[in-house]
Amino acid sequence: MNNSTSTRLWNWRYLILRRVVQIGVLLLFFGTLHWGWSLFGLPLLSGNLSASEVLGEVTLADPFATLQILLTGHVLQSEVLFGAALVLGVFLVLGGRVWCSWVCPVNPVTDFAGFLHRKTWRKNLFGIPRHLRYAVLALALLLSVLIGLPAFEWVSPIGAMHREIIFGLGLGLGWTALVGLFLFDWLVVKQGWCGHLCPLGAFYSLVGRHTAQIRVKFDQSTCTGCGACQAICPEPQVLNLKRLVQDGQVLSGECTNCARCIPICPEKSLAFGWRLQKPDSGSVPVHPKLIMKEDNP
Amino acid sequence: MHPSEPSAFITSGDTTIMTTRRGFIQKSIQGAAVATSGGMLWSYLVIQNARAEPLALRPPGALPDADFNALCIKCGRCVVACPYDTLTLAALADRAPLGTPYFEPRQIPCYLCHDIPCKVACPTGALSPALEDVMDSRMGLAIIDTEHCLSWQGLRCEICYRVCPLRDTAIRVETRRRELSKHAMLLPMVLSEGCTGCGICENACPTEIAAIKVLPSELIQGKIGDHFRMGWKQADGATPGLGPGDTWQGQLDSAPAQGQAPGLDYLNEPEY
Repeated sequence: MNNSTSTRLWNWRYLILRRVVQIGVLLLFFGTLHWGWSLFGLPLLSGNLSASEVLGEVTLADPFATLQILLTGHVLQSEVLFGAALVLGVFLVLGGRVWCSWVCPVNPVTDFAGFLHRKTWRKNLFGIPRHLRYAVLALALLLSVLIGLPAFEWVSPIGAMHREIIFGLGLGLGWTALVGLFLFDWLVVKQGWCGHLCPLGAFYSLVGRHTAQIRVKFDQSTCTGCGACQAICPEPQVLNLKRLVQDGQVLSGECTNCARCIPICPEKSLAFGWRLQKPDSGSVPVHPKLIMKEDNP
Repeated sequence: MHPSEPSAFITSGDTTIMTTRRGFIQKSIQGAAVATSGGMLWSYLVIQNARAEPLALRPPGALPDADFNALCIKCGRCVVACPYDTLTLAALADRAPLGTPYFEPRQIPCYLCHDIPCKVACPTGALSPALEDVMDSRMGLAIIDTEHCLSWQGLRCEICYRVCPLRDTAIRVETRRRELSKHAMLLPMVLSEGCTGCGICENACPTEIAAIKVLPSELIQGKIGDHFRMGWKQADGATPGLGPGDTWQGQLDSAPAQGQAPGLDYLNEPEY
Protein backbone atom coordinates (compact mmCIF):
# COMPACT_ATOMS: atom_id res chain seq x y z
CA MET A 1 0.00 0.00 0.00
CA ASN A 2 1.58 3.25 -1.02
CA ASN A 3 1.55 6.33 1.08
CA SER A 4 -1.20 8.25 -0.72
CA THR A 5 -3.63 5.34 -0.50
CA SER A 6 -3.05 4.91 3.19
CA THR A 7 -3.41 8.67 3.71
CA ARG A 8 -6.65 8.61 1.81
CA LEU A 9 -7.90 5.63 3.82
CA TRP A 10 -6.93 7.45 7.00
CA ASN A 11 -8.81 10.53 5.84
CA TRP A 12 -11.87 8.47 5.11
CA ARG A 13 -11.63 6.39 8.26
CA TYR A 14 -14.85 7.63 9.85
CA LEU A 15 -16.78 7.40 6.60
CA ILE A 16 -15.60 3.81 6.09
CA LEU A 17 -16.34 2.93 9.71
CA ARG A 18 -19.84 4.39 9.44
CA ARG A 19 -20.61 2.38 6.32
CA VAL A 20 -19.28 -0.75 8.00
CA VAL A 21 -21.51 -0.16 11.04
CA GLN A 22 -24.58 0.74 8.95
CA ILE A 23 -24.29 -2.24 6.64
CA GLY A 24 -23.14 -4.49 9.49
CA VAL A 25 -26.27 -3.82 11.54
CA LEU A 26 -28.51 -4.63 8.58
CA LEU A 27 -26.42 -7.70 7.79
CA LEU A 28 -26.78 -8.99 11.36
CA PHE A 29 -30.56 -8.77 11.06
CA PHE A 30 -30.54 -10.27 7.58
CA GLY A 31 -28.10 -13.07 8.44
CA THR A 32 -30.03 -14.04 11.58
CA LEU A 33 -33.29 -14.25 9.64
CA HIS A 34 -32.14 -15.83 6.38
CA TRP A 35 -28.97 -17.72 7.21
CA GLY A 36 -29.69 -18.54 10.84
CA TRP A 37 -26.68 -16.70 12.27
CA SER A 38 -26.28 -17.52 15.92
CA LEU A 39 -23.85 -17.35 18.79
CA PHE A 40 -23.84 -20.01 21.53
CA GLY A 41 -26.87 -21.45 19.76
CA LEU A 42 -28.84 -18.25 20.28
CA PRO A 43 -30.17 -16.15 17.38
CA LEU A 44 -27.81 -13.22 16.96
CA LEU A 45 -30.11 -10.29 16.23
CA SER A 46 -33.73 -10.92 15.35
CA GLY A 47 -36.36 -8.37 14.43
CA ASN A 48 -35.53 -5.04 12.87
CA LEU A 49 -34.61 -1.52 13.93
CA SER A 50 -38.11 -0.88 15.34
CA ALA A 51 -37.63 -3.61 17.93
CA SER A 52 -35.17 -6.43 18.13
CA GLU A 53 -33.73 -9.08 20.37
CA VAL A 54 -30.04 -9.69 20.92
CA LEU A 55 -29.07 -13.33 21.50
CA GLY A 56 -32.61 -14.21 22.47
CA GLU A 57 -32.23 -12.25 25.68
CA VAL A 58 -31.94 -8.48 25.46
CA THR A 59 -34.78 -6.57 23.84
CA LEU A 60 -34.00 -3.31 22.09
CA ALA A 61 -36.68 -0.93 20.86
CA ASP A 62 -36.98 2.33 18.99
CA PRO A 63 -37.74 4.90 21.71
CA PHE A 64 -39.59 7.21 19.29
CA ALA A 65 -41.86 4.40 18.08
CA THR A 66 -42.45 3.39 21.70
CA LEU A 67 -43.31 6.98 22.62
CA GLN A 68 -45.85 7.15 19.79
CA ILE A 69 -47.47 3.89 20.91
CA LEU A 70 -47.67 5.16 24.48
CA LEU A 71 -49.36 8.32 23.18
CA THR A 72 -52.07 6.23 21.51
CA GLY A 73 -53.10 5.42 25.07
CA HIS A 74 -51.91 1.82 25.12
CA VAL A 75 -49.98 0.15 27.88
CA LEU A 76 -46.89 -1.63 26.64
CA GLN A 77 -45.20 -4.73 27.96
CA SER A 78 -42.26 -3.98 30.22
CA GLU A 79 -39.98 -5.82 27.79
CA VAL A 80 -40.29 -3.17 25.10
CA LEU A 81 -40.23 -0.29 27.58
CA PHE A 82 -36.97 -1.61 28.96
CA GLY A 83 -35.58 -2.03 25.44
CA ALA A 84 -36.53 1.53 24.51
CA ALA A 85 -34.99 2.88 27.73
CA LEU A 86 -31.78 1.00 26.99
CA VAL A 87 -31.49 2.49 23.49
CA LEU A 88 -32.42 5.93 24.78
CA GLY A 89 -29.77 5.65 27.49
CA VAL A 90 -27.05 4.79 24.99
CA PHE A 91 -27.88 7.76 22.78
CA LEU A 92 -28.26 10.11 25.74
CA VAL A 93 -24.58 9.46 26.35
CA LEU A 94 -23.37 9.25 22.74
CA GLY A 95 -25.54 12.01 21.28
CA GLY A 96 -28.89 11.14 19.72
CA ARG A 97 -28.00 11.73 16.13
CA VAL A 98 -25.21 9.20 16.28
CA TRP A 99 -28.16 6.96 15.41
CA CYS A 100 -28.80 8.98 12.25
CA SER A 101 -25.30 8.89 10.82
CA TRP A 102 -24.07 5.54 12.15
CA VAL A 103 -27.13 3.28 12.11
CA CYS A 104 -29.99 4.63 9.96
CA PRO A 105 -30.01 2.89 6.57
CA VAL A 106 -31.44 5.99 4.86
CA ASN A 107 -28.25 7.89 5.69
CA PRO A 108 -26.01 6.41 2.94
CA VAL A 109 -28.67 7.32 0.39
CA THR A 110 -29.11 10.91 1.53
CA ASP A 111 -25.33 11.21 1.92
CA PHE A 112 -24.95 10.14 -1.70
CA ALA A 113 -27.65 12.59 -2.77
CA GLY A 114 -25.81 15.29 -0.83
CA PHE A 115 -22.57 14.37 -2.60
CA LEU A 116 -24.29 14.62 -6.00
CA HIS A 117 -25.85 17.92 -4.96
CA ARG A 118 -22.39 19.28 -4.16
CA LYS A 119 -20.87 17.99 -7.37
CA THR A 120 -23.61 18.64 -9.89
CA TRP A 121 -26.66 20.62 -8.98
CA ARG A 122 -25.74 23.04 -6.19
CA LYS A 123 -29.06 24.83 -6.05
CA ASN A 124 -32.23 24.42 -4.05
CA LEU A 125 -35.62 24.66 -5.70
CA PHE A 126 -36.98 26.34 -2.57
CA GLY A 127 -35.92 26.89 0.98
CA ILE A 128 -37.40 25.20 4.00
CA PRO A 129 -36.35 26.01 7.54
CA ARG A 130 -34.39 23.36 9.38
CA HIS A 131 -36.61 23.67 12.42
CA LEU A 132 -39.54 22.40 10.35
CA ARG A 133 -38.53 18.92 11.53
CA TYR A 134 -39.53 19.84 15.07
CA ALA A 135 -42.98 20.82 13.77
CA VAL A 136 -43.21 17.44 11.98
CA LEU A 137 -42.14 15.77 15.23
CA ALA A 138 -44.82 17.63 17.21
CA LEU A 139 -47.39 16.75 14.53
CA ALA A 140 -46.41 13.05 14.66
CA LEU A 141 -46.92 12.99 18.42
CA LEU A 142 -50.18 14.98 18.24
CA LEU A 143 -51.61 12.77 15.48
CA SER A 144 -50.70 9.65 17.46
CA VAL A 145 -52.91 10.95 20.26
CA LEU A 146 -55.72 12.01 17.91
CA ILE A 147 -56.02 8.99 15.61
CA GLY A 148 -54.91 6.33 18.09
CA LEU A 149 -52.27 4.93 15.76
CA PRO A 150 -48.51 5.54 15.93
CA ALA A 151 -48.60 8.18 13.18
CA PHE A 152 -45.01 8.23 12.00
CA GLU A 153 -44.48 4.48 12.22
CA TRP A 154 -47.29 4.02 9.71
CA VAL A 155 -45.67 6.20 7.03
CA SER A 156 -42.00 6.04 7.99
CA PRO A 157 -39.77 5.51 4.95
CA ILE A 158 -37.05 4.47 7.38
CA GLY A 159 -39.10 1.68 8.96
CA ALA A 160 -40.43 0.60 5.57
CA MET A 161 -36.90 0.47 4.21
CA HIS A 162 -35.45 -1.70 6.99
CA ARG A 163 -38.36 -4.08 6.71
CA GLU A 164 -37.90 -4.37 2.97
CA ILE A 165 -34.17 -4.98 3.26
CA ILE A 166 -34.39 -7.44 6.14
CA PHE A 167 -37.52 -9.35 5.19
CA GLY A 168 -37.10 -9.05 1.42
CA LEU A 169 -40.55 -7.62 0.84
CA GLY A 170 -39.90 -6.54 -2.72
CA LEU A 171 -40.74 -3.19 -4.21
CA GLY A 172 -42.80 -1.58 -1.48
CA LEU A 173 -43.10 1.79 0.15
CA GLY A 174 -39.51 1.69 1.41
CA TRP A 175 -37.77 1.59 -1.95
CA THR A 176 -40.30 3.94 -3.53
CA ALA A 177 -39.87 6.45 -0.73
CA LEU A 178 -36.13 6.05 -0.93
CA VAL A 179 -36.05 7.01 -4.61
CA GLY A 180 -38.25 9.98 -3.71
CA LEU A 181 -35.98 11.05 -0.85
CA PHE A 182 -32.90 10.66 -3.05
CA LEU A 183 -34.32 12.87 -5.81
CA PHE A 184 -35.63 15.36 -3.25
CA ASP A 185 -32.25 15.65 -1.54
CA TRP A 186 -30.29 15.82 -4.79
CA LEU A 187 -32.45 18.13 -6.90
CA VAL A 188 -34.92 19.94 -4.65
CA VAL A 189 -33.48 20.75 -1.22
CA LYS A 190 -29.94 19.92 -0.09
CA GLN A 191 -30.16 17.53 2.89
CA GLY A 192 -33.91 17.98 2.52
CA TRP A 193 -35.06 14.85 4.36
CA CYS A 194 -32.51 14.28 7.13
CA GLY A 195 -31.72 17.93 7.67
CA HIS A 196 -35.17 19.49 7.44
CA LEU A 197 -38.07 17.07 7.69
CA CYS A 198 -37.34 13.76 9.41
CA PRO A 199 -39.18 13.66 12.76
CA LEU A 200 -37.01 10.75 13.94
CA GLY A 201 -33.95 12.95 13.35
CA ALA A 202 -35.70 15.76 15.23
CA PHE A 203 -36.42 13.38 18.11
CA TYR A 204 -32.80 12.26 18.24
CA SER A 205 -31.64 15.90 18.00
CA LEU A 206 -33.32 16.44 21.34
CA VAL A 207 -31.91 13.23 22.84
CA GLY A 208 -28.56 13.84 24.43
CA ARG A 209 -28.54 17.50 23.49
CA HIS A 210 -27.30 18.35 26.99
CA THR A 211 -25.86 15.03 28.06
CA ALA A 212 -23.96 13.70 25.05
CA GLN A 213 -20.35 13.03 25.99
CA ILE A 214 -18.73 12.55 22.58
CA ARG A 215 -18.40 15.93 20.89
CA VAL A 216 -16.47 17.46 18.02
CA LYS A 217 -13.86 19.72 19.60
CA PHE A 218 -12.78 22.96 17.97
CA ASP A 219 -9.30 24.38 18.18
CA GLN A 220 -9.64 28.07 17.57
CA SER A 221 -5.93 28.77 17.44
CA THR A 222 -5.38 26.79 14.24
CA CYS A 223 -8.64 27.53 12.40
CA THR A 224 -8.23 29.72 9.35
CA GLY A 225 -11.94 29.99 8.61
CA CYS A 226 -11.64 28.31 5.22
CA GLY A 227 -15.16 26.92 5.51
CA ALA A 228 -14.28 23.44 4.25
CA CYS A 229 -16.02 21.86 7.21
CA GLN A 230 -19.24 23.77 6.61
CA ALA A 231 -19.21 22.91 2.94
CA ILE A 232 -19.21 19.18 3.67
CA CYS A 233 -21.32 19.16 6.86
CA PRO A 234 -24.87 17.86 6.38
CA GLU A 235 -25.99 20.16 9.21
CA PRO A 236 -23.74 23.20 8.61
CA GLN A 237 -25.54 25.36 11.18
CA VAL A 238 -23.90 23.33 13.95
CA LEU A 239 -20.51 24.61 12.81
CA ASN A 240 -21.45 28.22 13.42
CA LEU A 241 -18.04 29.71 14.13
CA LYS A 242 -19.26 32.18 16.68
CA ARG A 243 -20.65 29.37 18.79
CA LEU A 244 -17.61 27.19 18.14
CA VAL A 245 -15.37 29.93 19.51
CA GLN A 246 -17.64 30.36 22.52
CA ASP A 247 -18.00 26.68 23.38
CA GLY A 248 -14.79 25.22 21.98
CA GLN A 249 -16.85 22.31 20.68
CA VAL A 250 -20.00 21.47 18.74
CA LEU A 251 -22.74 21.44 21.34
CA SER A 252 -25.77 21.41 19.05
CA GLY A 253 -27.93 18.29 19.30
CA GLU A 254 -28.36 18.49 15.53
CA CYS A 255 -24.75 17.40 15.00
CA THR A 256 -24.84 13.77 13.86
CA ASN A 257 -21.24 13.01 14.87
CA CYS A 258 -20.70 11.79 11.32
CA ALA A 259 -17.17 13.20 11.45
CA ARG A 260 -17.13 14.36 7.84
CA CYS A 261 -15.67 17.66 9.09
CA ILE A 262 -12.75 16.15 11.02
CA PRO A 263 -10.60 14.74 8.18
CA ILE A 264 -11.62 17.47 5.73
CA CYS A 265 -10.17 20.26 7.90
CA PRO A 266 -6.78 21.18 6.41
CA GLU A 267 -5.61 22.61 9.75
CA LYS A 268 -6.85 19.69 11.89
CA SER A 269 -8.78 22.15 14.01
CA LEU A 270 -11.59 19.67 14.59
CA ALA A 271 -11.35 16.36 16.43
CA PHE A 272 -13.50 14.08 18.53
CA GLY A 273 -13.21 14.65 22.25
CA TRP A 274 -15.11 14.44 25.52
CA ARG A 275 -17.68 17.02 26.47
CA LEU A 276 -16.23 17.23 29.97
CA GLN A 277 -12.86 18.48 28.70
CA LYS A 278 -12.83 22.21 29.27
CA PRO A 279 -11.69 24.22 26.27
CA ASP A 280 -9.07 26.85 27.02
CA SER A 281 -11.39 29.60 25.87
CA GLY A 282 -10.55 33.27 25.76
CA SER A 283 -6.80 32.83 25.87
CA VAL A 284 -6.29 32.77 22.12
CA PRO A 285 -7.40 35.73 20.01
CA VAL A 286 -9.65 35.05 17.07
CA HIS A 287 -7.69 34.52 13.89
CA PRO A 288 -8.10 37.59 11.64
CA LYS A 289 -9.25 35.42 8.73
CA LEU A 290 -12.28 34.36 10.75
CA ILE A 291 -13.55 37.90 10.74
CA MET A 292 -13.09 38.32 6.98
CA LYS A 293 -15.63 35.78 5.80
CA GLU A 294 -19.01 37.27 5.04
CA ASP A 295 -21.35 34.67 3.61
CA ASN A 296 -22.42 31.12 3.78
CA PRO A 297 -20.31 29.25 1.23
CA MET B 1 -14.62 39.01 20.43
CA HIS B 2 -17.40 40.66 22.34
CA PRO B 3 -20.88 39.25 21.71
CA SER B 4 -22.33 42.70 21.02
CA GLU B 5 -20.00 43.38 18.13
CA PRO B 6 -21.56 43.02 14.69
CA SER B 7 -20.97 39.49 13.56
CA ALA B 8 -18.91 38.83 10.49
CA PHE B 9 -18.81 35.13 11.10
CA ILE B 10 -20.09 32.57 8.71
CA THR B 11 -23.62 31.95 9.78
CA SER B 12 -26.11 29.52 8.51
CA GLY B 13 -28.73 31.18 6.33
CA ASP B 14 -31.45 28.84 7.46
CA THR B 15 -33.01 30.75 10.30
CA THR B 16 -35.76 33.15 9.37
CA ILE B 17 -35.84 36.12 11.64
CA MET B 18 -39.24 37.66 12.22
CA THR B 19 -38.78 41.36 12.29
CA THR B 20 -42.28 42.77 12.51
CA ARG B 21 -45.42 41.83 14.38
CA ARG B 22 -47.34 41.57 11.10
CA GLY B 23 -44.69 39.26 9.72
CA PHE B 24 -44.87 37.15 12.83
CA ILE B 25 -48.66 36.81 12.62
CA GLN B 26 -48.49 36.01 8.91
CA LYS B 27 -45.85 33.35 9.47
CA SER B 28 -47.83 31.86 12.34
CA ILE B 29 -51.01 31.59 10.29
CA GLN B 30 -49.11 30.11 7.35
CA GLY B 31 -47.46 27.63 9.67
CA ALA B 32 -50.78 26.64 11.21
CA ALA B 33 -52.30 26.19 7.73
CA VAL B 34 -49.44 23.95 6.61
CA ALA B 35 -49.61 21.94 9.84
CA THR B 36 -53.39 21.49 9.60
CA SER B 37 -53.49 20.44 5.96
CA GLY B 38 -50.38 18.31 6.33
CA GLY B 39 -51.78 16.70 9.45
CA MET B 40 -55.10 15.94 7.77
CA LEU B 41 -53.43 14.39 4.73
CA TRP B 42 -51.12 12.41 6.99
CA SER B 43 -53.95 11.02 9.15
CA TYR B 44 -55.99 10.27 6.02
CA LEU B 45 -53.16 8.12 4.66
CA VAL B 46 -52.66 6.31 7.95
CA ILE B 47 -56.36 5.65 8.53
CA GLN B 48 -56.85 4.47 4.93
CA ASN B 49 -53.95 2.09 5.39
CA ALA B 50 -55.42 0.81 8.66
CA ARG B 51 -58.66 0.09 6.79
CA ALA B 52 -56.82 -2.36 4.51
CA GLU B 53 -57.13 -4.73 7.37
CA PRO B 54 -60.60 -6.36 7.29
CA LEU B 55 -59.14 -9.10 5.11
CA ALA B 56 -56.00 -9.71 7.12
CA LEU B 57 -55.67 -12.81 9.27
CA ARG B 58 -53.56 -12.02 12.31
CA PRO B 59 -51.33 -14.34 14.33
CA PRO B 60 -52.83 -16.06 17.39
CA GLY B 61 -53.60 -13.79 20.30
CA ALA B 62 -53.84 -10.65 18.17
CA LEU B 63 -55.81 -7.98 19.97
CA PRO B 64 -58.89 -6.41 18.35
CA ASP B 65 -57.99 -4.34 15.27
CA ALA B 66 -57.75 -0.88 16.79
CA ASP B 67 -55.55 -2.04 19.66
CA PHE B 68 -53.45 -4.30 17.47
CA ASN B 69 -52.76 -1.51 14.99
CA ALA B 70 -51.75 0.86 17.75
CA LEU B 71 -49.50 -1.60 19.55
CA CYS B 72 -47.80 -3.43 16.68
CA ILE B 73 -44.31 -1.93 16.33
CA LYS B 74 -43.80 -3.78 13.02
CA CYS B 75 -40.59 -5.43 14.14
CA GLY B 76 -41.33 -8.77 12.52
CA ARG B 77 -40.20 -10.81 15.50
CA CYS B 78 -43.36 -12.93 15.28
CA VAL B 79 -42.44 -13.62 11.65
CA VAL B 80 -38.96 -14.74 12.68
CA ALA B 81 -40.31 -16.84 15.55
CA CYS B 82 -42.84 -18.80 13.46
CA PRO B 83 -41.31 -22.23 12.74
CA TYR B 84 -43.55 -22.81 9.73
CA ASP B 85 -42.91 -19.48 7.94
CA THR B 86 -46.64 -18.86 8.16
CA LEU B 87 -46.40 -15.16 8.88
CA THR B 88 -45.40 -12.39 6.50
CA LEU B 89 -45.03 -8.67 7.06
CA ALA B 90 -47.36 -6.88 4.70
CA ALA B 91 -45.77 -5.00 1.83
CA LEU B 92 -47.55 -2.33 -0.20
CA ALA B 93 -50.78 -3.57 -1.85
CA ASP B 94 -50.98 -6.66 0.39
CA ARG B 95 -54.25 -7.40 2.12
CA ALA B 96 -52.98 -6.00 5.40
CA PRO B 97 -51.69 -2.65 6.64
CA LEU B 98 -48.09 -1.98 5.72
CA GLY B 99 -45.52 -3.77 7.83
CA THR B 100 -47.94 -5.69 10.04
CA PRO B 101 -47.91 -9.50 10.27
CA TYR B 102 -50.58 -11.59 8.57
CA PHE B 103 -50.95 -14.99 6.95
CA GLU B 104 -52.67 -16.57 4.00
CA PRO B 105 -53.83 -20.08 4.95
CA ARG B 106 -53.99 -21.27 1.36
CA GLN B 107 -50.21 -20.71 1.24
CA ILE B 108 -49.26 -21.79 4.76
CA PRO B 109 -51.81 -22.10 7.57
CA CYS B 110 -51.19 -21.59 11.28
CA TYR B 111 -50.26 -24.96 12.77
CA LEU B 112 -51.29 -23.89 16.28
CA CYS B 113 -47.97 -24.51 18.10
CA HIS B 114 -48.91 -25.14 21.71
CA ASP B 115 -46.10 -22.89 22.98
CA ILE B 116 -47.26 -20.03 20.65
CA PRO B 117 -43.74 -18.78 19.74
CA CYS B 118 -45.08 -15.77 17.79
CA LYS B 119 -46.95 -14.53 20.83
CA VAL B 120 -43.90 -15.08 23.04
CA ALA B 121 -41.70 -13.11 20.62
CA CYS B 122 -44.03 -10.09 20.48
CA PRO B 123 -42.41 -7.40 22.63
CA THR B 124 -45.32 -4.97 22.76
CA GLY B 125 -48.26 -7.18 23.67
CA ALA B 126 -50.03 -6.69 20.33
CA LEU B 127 -50.20 -10.49 20.42
CA SER B 128 -51.78 -10.74 23.80
CA PRO B 129 -49.82 -12.47 26.56
CA ALA B 130 -53.23 -13.35 28.02
CA LEU B 131 -53.64 -16.12 25.43
CA GLU B 132 -52.50 -19.27 27.18
CA ASP B 133 -54.07 -22.05 25.16
CA VAL B 134 -53.59 -21.66 21.43
CA MET B 135 -56.90 -23.47 20.90
CA ASP B 136 -58.58 -20.41 22.41
CA SER B 137 -57.20 -18.14 19.70
CA ARG B 138 -59.69 -16.68 17.25
CA MET B 139 -57.73 -15.66 14.17
CA GLY B 140 -60.77 -15.95 11.96
CA LEU B 141 -63.62 -18.25 11.12
CA ALA B 142 -63.86 -20.91 8.42
CA ILE B 143 -66.77 -20.59 6.07
CA ILE B 144 -67.88 -23.18 3.50
CA ASP B 145 -68.96 -22.30 -0.01
CA THR B 146 -71.56 -25.06 -0.19
CA GLU B 147 -71.98 -24.63 -3.94
CA HIS B 148 -68.41 -25.63 -4.58
CA CYS B 149 -67.77 -28.00 -1.68
CA LEU B 150 -67.33 -31.56 -2.96
CA SER B 151 -69.09 -33.06 0.05
CA TRP B 152 -72.03 -30.74 -0.34
CA GLN B 153 -72.24 -31.79 -3.99
CA GLY B 154 -72.50 -35.41 -2.95
CA LEU B 155 -68.94 -36.69 -3.38
CA ARG B 156 -67.07 -38.25 -0.48
CA CYS B 157 -64.39 -35.82 0.64
CA GLU B 158 -64.50 -34.54 4.26
CA ILE B 159 -60.80 -33.65 4.02
CA CYS B 160 -61.35 -30.45 5.98
CA TYR B 161 -63.00 -32.47 8.73
CA ARG B 162 -60.17 -34.97 8.91
CA VAL B 163 -57.31 -32.41 8.92
CA CYS B 164 -58.95 -30.16 11.48
CA PRO B 165 -56.99 -30.17 14.75
CA LEU B 166 -60.28 -29.56 16.56
CA ARG B 167 -62.39 -32.19 14.83
CA ASP B 168 -65.98 -32.22 16.09
CA THR B 169 -65.31 -29.00 18.01
CA ALA B 170 -64.60 -26.73 15.04
CA ILE B 171 -66.01 -28.85 12.22
CA ARG B 172 -68.47 -31.68 12.38
CA VAL B 173 -69.98 -33.80 9.65
CA GLU B 174 -73.71 -34.20 9.34
CA THR B 175 -75.23 -36.99 7.35
CA ARG B 176 -78.11 -36.42 5.04
CA ARG B 177 -80.08 -39.16 3.39
CA ARG B 178 -80.23 -39.39 -0.37
CA GLU B 179 -82.06 -41.72 -2.69
CA LEU B 180 -81.92 -45.47 -2.28
CA SER B 181 -78.80 -47.15 -3.73
CA LYS B 182 -76.72 -44.01 -3.35
CA HIS B 183 -74.57 -43.30 -0.34
CA ALA B 184 -75.56 -40.71 2.17
CA MET B 185 -74.28 -37.15 1.93
CA LEU B 186 -71.72 -36.26 4.58
CA LEU B 187 -71.80 -32.52 5.00
CA PRO B 188 -69.04 -30.64 6.82
CA MET B 189 -70.32 -27.84 9.02
CA VAL B 190 -68.19 -25.24 10.83
CA LEU B 191 -68.89 -24.52 14.48
CA SER B 192 -67.94 -20.95 15.26
CA GLU B 193 -67.49 -21.54 18.98
CA GLY B 194 -64.68 -23.99 18.33
CA CYS B 195 -63.00 -22.69 15.17
CA THR B 196 -59.62 -21.01 15.80
CA GLY B 197 -59.28 -19.76 12.22
CA CYS B 198 -55.98 -21.59 11.74
CA GLY B 199 -56.82 -22.33 8.10
CA ILE B 200 -55.54 -25.90 8.02
CA CYS B 201 -58.86 -26.82 6.37
CA GLU B 202 -58.49 -24.11 3.73
CA ASN B 203 -54.96 -25.24 3.04
CA ALA B 204 -56.04 -28.86 2.59
CA CYS B 205 -59.20 -28.30 0.55
CA PRO B 206 -58.74 -30.22 -2.74
CA THR B 207 -60.86 -27.96 -4.94
CA GLU B 208 -59.07 -25.65 -7.39
CA ILE B 209 -60.04 -22.65 -5.32
CA ALA B 210 -60.65 -23.60 -1.71
CA ALA B 211 -64.35 -24.15 -0.97
CA ILE B 212 -63.67 -23.63 2.74
CA LYS B 213 -61.99 -20.34 3.58
CA VAL B 214 -60.98 -18.54 6.71
CA LEU B 215 -62.00 -14.92 7.01
CA PRO B 216 -61.95 -12.50 9.93
CA SER B 217 -65.05 -13.52 11.82
CA GLU B 218 -66.50 -10.01 11.99
CA LEU B 219 -66.79 -10.07 8.20
CA ILE B 220 -68.94 -13.19 8.07
CA GLN B 221 -70.42 -13.86 11.46
CA GLY B 222 -73.95 -12.75 12.27
CA LYS B 223 -75.60 -12.08 15.59
CA ILE B 224 -79.03 -13.27 16.52
CA GLY B 225 -80.01 -10.57 18.96
CA ASP B 226 -81.06 -10.98 22.55
CA HIS B 227 -84.79 -10.70 22.00
CA PHE B 228 -85.03 -14.00 20.14
CA ARG B 229 -85.52 -17.04 22.34
CA MET B 230 -84.91 -20.63 21.54
CA GLY B 231 -86.40 -22.44 24.44
CA TRP B 232 -85.04 -25.81 23.46
CA LYS B 233 -81.53 -24.46 23.77
CA GLN B 234 -81.98 -22.72 27.08
CA ALA B 235 -80.65 -24.49 30.14
CA ASP B 236 -83.80 -23.87 32.14
CA GLY B 237 -85.96 -24.92 29.23
CA ALA B 238 -87.88 -21.67 29.40
CA THR B 239 -89.89 -20.82 26.30
CA PRO B 240 -92.11 -17.91 25.49
CA GLY B 241 -95.41 -18.53 27.21
CA LEU B 242 -93.85 -20.28 30.13
CA GLY B 243 -92.82 -18.20 33.05
CA PRO B 244 -89.20 -18.07 34.23
CA GLY B 245 -88.37 -21.11 36.26
CA ASP B 246 -91.11 -23.17 34.65
CA THR B 247 -89.72 -26.16 32.85
CA TRP B 248 -91.13 -28.56 30.43
CA GLN B 249 -90.41 -31.19 32.99
CA GLY B 250 -92.51 -29.40 35.52
CA GLN B 251 -95.25 -28.91 32.97
CA LEU B 252 -95.23 -32.58 32.09
CA ASP B 253 -95.28 -33.68 35.70
CA SER B 254 -98.35 -31.69 36.38
CA ALA B 255 -99.85 -31.76 32.94
CA PRO B 256 -103.29 -30.21 33.13
CA ALA B 257 -106.22 -32.22 32.07
CA GLN B 258 -107.39 -31.87 28.51
CA GLY B 259 -109.20 -28.65 27.96
CA GLN B 260 -107.62 -26.96 30.98
CA ALA B 261 -104.23 -26.07 29.51
CA PRO B 262 -103.39 -22.35 29.49
CA GLY B 263 -104.25 -20.63 26.23
CA LEU B 264 -106.40 -21.89 23.43
CA ASP B 265 -106.05 -25.63 22.97
CA TYR B 266 -107.25 -25.67 19.39
CA LEU B 267 -105.36 -28.83 18.50
CA ASN B 268 -107.10 -30.93 21.08
CA GLU B 269 -110.51 -29.39 20.71
CA PRO B 270 -112.10 -31.17 17.79
CA GLU B 271 -114.99 -28.73 17.51
CA TYR B 272 -112.79 -25.69 17.35
